[in-house]
Amino acid sequence: MSELPDGWEMVIGLEVHVELATQTKLFCPCANAFGDEPNTNICPTCLGLPGSLPVPNAQAIDYAMTLGHALGCTVAGSVFARKNYFYPDMPKDYQTTQYEHPTNENGSITLGDGTVIGVERAHIEEDTGKSTHLGGGGRIHDATATLVDYNRAGVPLVEVVSRPEMRSADQARAYVSELRDILLATGVSDARMEEGSMRVDANVSVRPVGSDELRTRCELKNINSMRSLGRAINYEARRHVDLYESGQSPNQQTRHWDEDGGRSTPGRSKEDADDYRYFACPDLPPLVPTDEEMQAIRAGLPVLPAARRQALADATGIEAGQAVLAVERGLDALAIAAVRAGAPGDVVIKHVDQNLSDGAGQLDGPMLAKLVGLEVSGALSATQVKTVLGELVASGGDPADVAASMGFEAMDSSELATLLDQLIADNPDEWQRFTEGDTKVQGFFVGQIMKATQGKADGKIVNQLMKERSSG
Amino acid sequence: MMNAQLTAIETAARVRSGDMTAVEALAQSQAAVTARDADVRAFLHLTDDRAAEQADRVDAQVAQGQDPGPLAGVPIAIKDNMCTRGAPTTCSSKMLEGWKPPYDATVVSRLEAAGALVVGKTNLDEFAMGSSTENSAFGPTRNPHDLTRVPGGSSGGSAAAVAAGFVPLSLGSDTGGSIRQPAALCGVVGFKPTYGAVSRYGLIAFASSLDQIGPFASTVADAALCFDTIGGHDPRDATSIPSAIPSAAAALGNGVAGKRIGIIDELMGEGIDDDVRARVEQAAAALADAGATVERVSVPATIYGLAAYYLIAPAEASSNLARYDGVRYGQRVDGVNVEEMNAATRTAGFGDEVKRRIMLGTYALSSGYYDAYYGKAQRVRTLIANEFAQAYSSFDLLMSPTSPSTAFELGAKSDPMSLYMCDVCTIPSNLVGHPALSVPFGVGDDGLPVGVQLLAPLLGDDELFAAGQVLEDANPTDATASGSEIRGEVRP
Repeated sequence: MSELPDGWEMVIGLEVHVELATQTKLFCPCANAFGDEPNTNICPTCLGLPGSLPVPNAQAIDYAMTLGHALGCTVAGSVFARKNYFYPDMPKDYQTTQYEHPTNENGSITLGDGTVIGVERAHIEEDTGKSTHLGGGGRIHDATATLVDYNRAGVPLVEVVSRPEMRSADQARAYVSELRDILLATGVSDARMEEGSMRVDANVSVRPVGSDELRTRCELKNINSMRSLGRAINYEARRHVDLYESGQSPNQQTRHWDEDGGRSTPGRSKEDADDYRYFACPDLPPLVPTDEEMQAIRAGLPVLPAARRQALADATGIEAGQAVLAVERGLDALAIAAVRAGAPGDVVIKHVDQNLSDGAGQLDGPMLAKLVGLEVSGALSATQVKTVLGELVASGGDPADVAASMGFEAMDSSELATLLDQLIADNPDEWQRFTEGDTKVQGFFVGQIMKATQGKADGKIVNQLMKERSSG
Repeated sequence: MMNAQLTAIETAARVRSGDMTAVEALAQSQAAVTARDADVRAFLHLTDDRAAEQADRVDAQVAQGQDPGPLAGVPIAIKDNMCTRGAPTTCSSKMLEGWKPPYDATVVSRLEAAGALVVGKTNLDEFAMGSSTENSAFGPTRNPHDLTRVPGGSSGGSAAAVAAGFVPLSLGSDTGGSIRQPAALCGVVGFKPTYGAVSRYGLIAFASSLDQIGPFASTVADAALCFDTIGGHDPRDATSIPSAIPSAAAALGNGVAGKRIGIIDELMGEGIDDDVRARVEQAAAALADAGATVERVSVPATIYGLAAYYLIAPAEASSNLARYDGVRYGQRVDGVNVEEMNAATRTAGFGDEVKRRIMLGTYALSSGYYDAYYGKAQRVRTLIANEFAQAYSSFDLLMSPTSPSTAFELGAKSDPMSLYMCDVCTIPSNLVGHPALSVPFGVGDDGLPVGVQLLAPLLGDDELFAAGQVLEDANPTDATASGSEIRGEVRP
């Protein structure tokens, strides 16, 4: 159910809550730690005890502004506001957040394929505690009791709100993936969806292709993985299309994604949503960053993934869209070094993407360049290259020496030709099919030769020989 | 007054010199409470053990030749909306009955670090909402000058505790006049500092942008000493002023020679009792005699202060008091689900005035009404600040009555509006964050104390003490040392 019926397109906006990787909470000195015993990292302030007061954590503000700069936002002075509503895991029964004057506004995220998705705002707010509902269906309304852990209450969050500019589940996943890379690159968050340090809510609606209207949307919550994100969006969009096509229309509401059931179920209706009565928090003076602070933050920004992809593309001659994995794996510097040492860019990227999923280990750019040289010249077969590469990752060394120590020498092509001729003579039916264009049997011949040579043959040369024989 | 009690400065001097022990100072205070607090009802809880331990500590320090601090052995009462670790802190509300905070308010820590003895927690209007201390869930406090009268509020218990001679010093909180008005009605000195001069950490919030802690004392000098002790930056309060606060004690004795003092026109007209107005004019003359230039000045927007206040303060309160939901502490009334439990708890736990203000504030912040109410009130606040700034371009200090009348009878002001009017003179200072001092000055036609209010611009706190001392010296009826009889019958 990944595609909508013809004539429909998705409109997706994401709200991503990111926990900042600070030592302490947003407004008190309690540890910001995941997985501790419940209710051990708490104090009067994060419990909202009478008389307690918040004091902003400078590190959290710095991180938020760093993220703002990384997203290309306008980063400015900001005002904390109170969002008032009752909920048992929110100790003060209001959430301290930013409303009219957020720290970051009007930025964007450039996806791997070059698509630019607008970021409306990235504001600072405090997290709530964590409720565990006992009895009933595990939701508050039918619970017989609720246990609350306030360790998370007051943990600093930045909520990154996209514009509704994504058009497919894959694009939404690419957006989240890119945001995660930016968070990791800047060190602002550990961005772990499974631990809840990055939480994604998706606003989904559909519309006829070519329309620019924004139809009724539903907000999907409880999306705990990238896989869930894709499934949830596709399910929800299809649900909307089905409703429209049967003459109905969706209600604006918050919906709960049920990963096991593969469906969304209705939560609170937005029509009777709370009036949050936002107003500037009188306990917290406006944040007014100085020019020096802003300059220091800008100066401390690392090169971001999109720029690294472009640099890799420029150095290797590939498309920026093909540089995604290399940058994600942090192997772009190695790839550029290999290309500078003379290796062709496309072969280098092939190895980075296909053979270095667990990182480069002891391998460096010049080693990779030399190995690729042996490969391109035909001195080593593809299989041999892969084996040598594994050894270089594990222990490093000179590729030629490593290959020699493994007994790899490229086979003479006349030797291969003899082997192939023998094979053709032994398997006339298969050869007949190959000459008639059945490419599936090609693998059979290559495999037999590899078996006979214990993998020393170069598959490309075998293919070349088969082509010569069949056309000759 | 009713007790020839030592001032805080005298007590500390004797304790520090070894002429008297802190244990003796505590015993005197406790004896006075035992003798008369059944009538006055200033205290909700006494913290005898805590005070005794502190007294022993102070005496041990003196015995070892150490200095226990400027408030050595001085008994002090704390309004029951400031947190005291392990001791009840109720805000005079059923909602917090039995709750004991796990921490001390910064002001309490600072007082004890200076050698003071915290003897108990005083009564107030529930969550500091009121002007008579009649809105306490635990019954009203009575004016020590006349037990049929209110002490003012909301810090009525703290004002009465000083007026009755139970303690030489106490702390109150002032959101719209809650220190100054009861000080005036009880004939003691009451001071609301510049917003941010005293830490609010541990003060249970009513309206955070207006709340400020300050002292009650029987003399201006004692109030100055207390303010100097509790004031100054606190890293736990983000609204605390980072720079040093000028010492009030250092300004004592400076007088008012050459000072320009303006009497606020709008606070001398309709709604102000004639006898009160006469005392203010007499006080102005005393200041002129001491070398000040005194003139009338108009600050027209002050008349809108009350209206703006009754939008801003309830709005903030509606948010600040949301946390009393029965989930974590205080009262809980069970319900079939969490919303019902919240509602039942709040219905049972809050008194009528608190509920009234939560509803007012919720309304004022509601979508569609915010601009017309809360937004407009904030603009009025700016307008008042601008007009004060203009007035202070021509004057060093301003003055007015503290309260439109002397202490009224218990139950006399049963409708909310007439009670709200009690704060008309005091509210403007809270809206703009300026300091203001109420000093007793004579009595009204009923023989009850009148308070004169002195106002200064931001961080002009020290100047107020210099001028306040001039009024203290010129006070025609020295109410704080008159030894006048307690009048009136105690109603059952």
